[in-house]
Amino acid sequence: MEKGKGIMGSGRRWAVDFSDNSTAPSSRDIPDPPGFARASVDQDDSTVSRQKKDAESNWKTQKAWEVAQAPFKNLLMMGFMMWMAGNTVHLFSIGITFSALWQPISALQGVGKVFEPYKDNKVDLLGPKLLFIALNLGGLALGVWKLNTLGLLPTHASDWVSSLPPAQEVEYSGGGIPL
Amino acid sequence: MAIMSFIFVFFFFSSLQPILSLYEDQVGLMDWHQQYIGKVKQAVFHTHKTGRKRVVASTEQNIIATLDLRSGEIFWRHVLGPNDVVDGIDIALGKYVITLSSGGSILRAWNLPDGQMVWESSLHGPKHSKSLLLTTNLIIEKDNSLIVFSNGRLNAVSCIDGEVLWKKDFEEESLEVQQVIQPPGSDFIYVVGFAASSQFETYKINAKNGELLKHESTAFSDRFSGEVSLVSSETVAALDSTGSILLTISFHNGKISSQQIPVSNLLEDSPGLAVIIHSSVTGIFAIKTDAATIFIRVIGEGKLEVVEKTNHETVVSDALTISEGQQAFALVQHAGSNIHLTVKPAHDWDSNLLKESIKMDQQRGFVHKVFINNYIRTDRSHGFRALIVMEDHSLLLLQQGAIVWSREDGLASIIDVTTSELPVEKAGVSVAKVELNLFEWLKGHVLKLKGTLMLATPEDIAAIQYMRLKSSEKSKMTRDHNGFRKLLIALTRAGKLFALHTGDGRIVWSHLLQSLHKSESCRQPIGLNLHQWQVPHHHALDENPSVLVVGRCGPSSDALGVLSLVDSYTGKEFSSLRLVHSVAQVIPLPYTDSTEQRLHLLIDADKHAHLYPKTPEAIDIFQSEFANVYWYSVDDDNGIIKGYALKTKCSGNVADEFCFDSRELWSIVLPSESEKIITTATRKLNEAVHTQAKLIADQDVMYKYISSNLLFVATVAPKASGEIGSVTPEESWLVVYLIDTVTGRVLHRMTHHGSQGPVQAVLSENWVVYHYFNLRAHRYEMSVIEIYDQSRADNKDVWKLVVGNHNLTSPVSSYSRAEVITKSQSYFFTHSLKAIAVTLTVKGITSKQLLIGTIGDQVLALDKRFLDPRRSVNPTQAEREEGIIPLTDSLPIIPQSYITHSLRVEGLQSIITVAAKLESTTLVFAHGLDLFFTHYAPSRTYDSLTEDFSYALLLITIVALVAAIFVTWILSQRKELQDRWR
Repeated sequence: MEKGKGIMGSGRRWAVDFSDNSTAPSSRDIPDPPGFARASVDQDDSTVSRQKKDAESNWKTQKAWEVAQAPFKNLLMMGFMMWMAGNTVHLFSIGITFSALWQPISALQGVGKVFEPYKDNKVDLLGPKLLFIALNLGGLALGVWKLNTLGLLPTHASDWVSSLPPAQEVEYSGGGIPL
Repeated sequence: MAIMSFIFVFFFFSSLQPILSLYEDQVGLMDWHQQYIGKVKQAVFHTHKTGRKRVVASTEQNIIATLDLRSGEIFWRHVLGPNDVVDGIDIALGKYVITLSSGGSILRAWNLPDGQMVWESSLHGPKHSKSLLLTTNLIIEKDNSLIVFSNGRLNAVSCIDGEVLWKKDFEEESLEVQQVIQPPGSDFIYVVGFAASSQFETYKINAKNGELLKHESTAFSDRFSGEVSLVSSETVAALDSTGSILLTISFHNGKISSQQIPVSNLLEDSPGLAVIIHSSVTGIFAIKTDAATIFIRVIGEGKLEVVEKTNHETVVSDALTISEGQQAFALVQHAGSNIHLTVKPAHDWDSNLLKESIKMDQQRGFVHKVFINNYIRTDRSHGFRALIVMEDHSLLLLQQGAIVWSREDGLASIIDVTTSELPVEKAGVSVAKVELNLFEWLKGHVLKLKGTLMLATPEDIAAIQYMRLKSSEKSKMTRDHNGFRKLLIALTRAGKLFALHTGDGRIVWSHLLQSLHKSESCRQPIGLNLHQWQVPHHHALDENPSVLVVGRCGPSSDALGVLSLVDSYTGKEFSSLRLVHSVAQVIPLPYTDSTEQRLHLLIDADKHAHLYPKTPEAIDIFQSEFANVYWYSVDDDNGIIKGYALKTKCSGNVADEFCFDSRELWSIVLPSESEKIITTATRKLNEAVHTQAKLIADQDVMYKYISSNLLFVATVAPKASGEIGSVTPEESWLVVYLIDTVTGRVLHRMTHHGSQGPVQAVLSENWVVYHYFNLRAHRYEMSVIEIYDQSRADNKDVWKLVVGNHNLTSPVSSYSRAEVITKSQSYFFTHSLKAIAVTLTVKGITSKQLLIGTIGDQVLALDKRFLDPRRSVNPTQAEREEGIIPLTDSLPIIPQSYITHSLRVEGLQSIITVAAKLESTTLVFAHGLDLFFTHYAPSRTYDSLTEDFSYALLLITIVALVAAIFVTWILSQRKELQDRWR
């Protein structure tokens, strides 16, 4: 619980704002100190920050690719688990299959969120995103394939005829050994 | 590793087969068992002062039983089997029950208190003859002896060990011995008989050693007919073969003298053919004519006097010696709804020792037999009790003008059984007599809870068990949700219809059918079978369901038929019809009219088909389906199976629009020198099949050949139709056929070389299971044939099936000649069989089990999976998953799967299965001499909670959980508040 919230809330009496991003000297009453050239500093700053930004965007791209490739490992692990689970329907194999289906689906739903931290104007996220989606779709396909091998998909004729009632007969015949 | 062990454990549990058996305390919850003895033929009382009073009875079903004289309960009972007919019973030495059976060739002694057999001796003789049993108090070589005449030989047998003390042959070819008499107090025996039908012979024999003392014979001009009646120890009465002249013959001291008196001299009106009634009353005998029963007294030397002329329904008992030299006998007469029991002393017709009038249920019919016994009252006078056998085979004990107990022994000879629903429970009308009140309900549940929590004392457990057994829920007279409560309607050989409640087996109503009653136009009526006539469900619910009883007048196949319609709720016979045609077959048609009456086709001996009910509506319905109705007949004597279609109206006699001629379509003639039909089997009409497809391993499909027109026929070599072992394997074979009865097409034929009947078969869905004897292996075998429709097998395109573009559910005709394949397999089976049936469920989803009536009169359940022709020694993994059991050469008998558990259904005849409304459950009724009923769930009751499920525990758990939630919530609130104040 947030204890003493009320005290803190009413205790903020004054504040000083040190930041000043304005470029126009006229905006302030106090003139700039001598030797201080606002514009040059600005220029110098911009080159440094561009370099910095480039590095950051590189890093972000790299990271995004890394994130996009992450499901691959998952895929391998899933494959191994599925192999372990065998082809018979029981609790374990069903659990694994459904987690294999659920993981890609939830990942696909959260594609935007996964790549949120790397969102940048300069970073092209389309590639990683596509890879990420492709890998997850692969995982999903693996899950579906597993579902099919377990016989849980209605892909056989038997799945469609198993509850067909017997055909009606046209003729009726009765009798037997006379009483 | 953990995963692997998990998988292993999972496999272990999934491969366990559910064992279907009962716990000890579940006996009697769902099942009931009733024991009967059949129609009593002879009864002997045992009423010594010491020990319990009992009566020993032998019955027409070849049973010897002792009954408690106080309650009518069975002390012990022995079923001698169909070939061991009881000829006579008696009690010897006050502790042995002596029985003579099998045409006088087997003499047995049974211990009276417990029914153990003491000794058995077989008596053989030179020729077949009448058998007579005579217990004497003769003492030969210190042994009490019995005199037995059987197979043309007179034997004296020791009571102690059954040893034959002496024997004397009567080898003369034409001699028919009628009576063996031992005059009281003497040591000689008279053997009286006829030779060449017209010669009267007496033999006087020394009882000590069997020596012939004297032989006399006299020839008569007339021929004798049938029985003689003993008038005194040295006088007999007989009738001549025309039934019009009475002879009294005395043979005092070997001298034969006789008198002949025409019957018409004694009676004013001409009596017609007379018959002597067997009785043993001194001085009196009785003759029976068409119109009356006449009692005649013998006065002195050959003088006869009619003492009484009574109507037909008069029954007389044997003489009973009540004191030294004094005999008494009983007469039972009907008067309206009462019967009059009169006990008279033998010497004085006009005086009565006892005269009682007893109100008798009309549904029991006439008295058939009476046996009397006396006891000494406290005031030293004689009291009498009488055991009477009624027309419906029931047995009653009368004493002091009241019925002490009654037994419904007609139920020992059930011909046919059908079921009927009970009335629907209506709001506001309490049908159950004893509804539990809330307090008792609560008390019951508390007791149950105690039982579940193992807190119950032994008394509590007994109370719980009593409550479970006597639950009023199961014996209510209304329909239930699960369809467990029904009426079993049984037709007995006596022509009586019984309705039994499936809950506890009590008789709800019983009705002696008037249409199956002897009358002028119908001399020998016999009941044939029962059919459900009207089963109202949707729109005719306010009508009562009814059953159709089919009978015929006389045993021959061209005797006229009798129909009777009986209301299932009340047992009232609301309609009865004497037919003008015979009844050879009854075919229930799959059509009903607007009041849910089922249409029936009755085929007579001339192959005319008669439609019932005879209403215009029925004929309209029938006309629309006319071209599709066929019938067939199996002539097992000549080995011909014929199929017929119906032509237009009957030709010839009066116009009858309900009568149709038959046109022969096909016939299958089996070669009479090599095949003889012994068994046929068809599918049950009311069997439901859930699906036409059978899924096999690897998601493959096989289409079952499901047809209600399938007939299974088993034939054997004519030589091999006798007993097992009478032929060598080379000259014995069994041929089985599967025949379509519309077209006469033989779908499958298979020969089992070296096999022999008897064959028991059951046909269900697309398979048939049959049981026979394999002579080569010296073992019984069971075979299964499954039949599949190959012409549907190419329906494998998933997309066509998804969009429904297939013809799998369109109506099929037998003329489309489906291409079939069959699969079959045989297995050894330990038991020989009396009956076989298959479980029946309402939708046919539940897996099937075979119900096998074993030779030990028990019912064994055998999973159909054991009889699967796809079994192999090493099934693949996929086949194992499908549930295929590895092949073994014999079928297992699992002791827990006897559904009759420890009980026996003596003389088991047939097993009837009825579907309950609950898909998992089948109702099973097995009948023979005994009745047994139970619920059976072939795959366990997967669709309902078990009977012993504790609702109280569930309720208490829920209440406790809710309470716990509230308490913890309050506690957490409080804790939070305290934390905030800190």
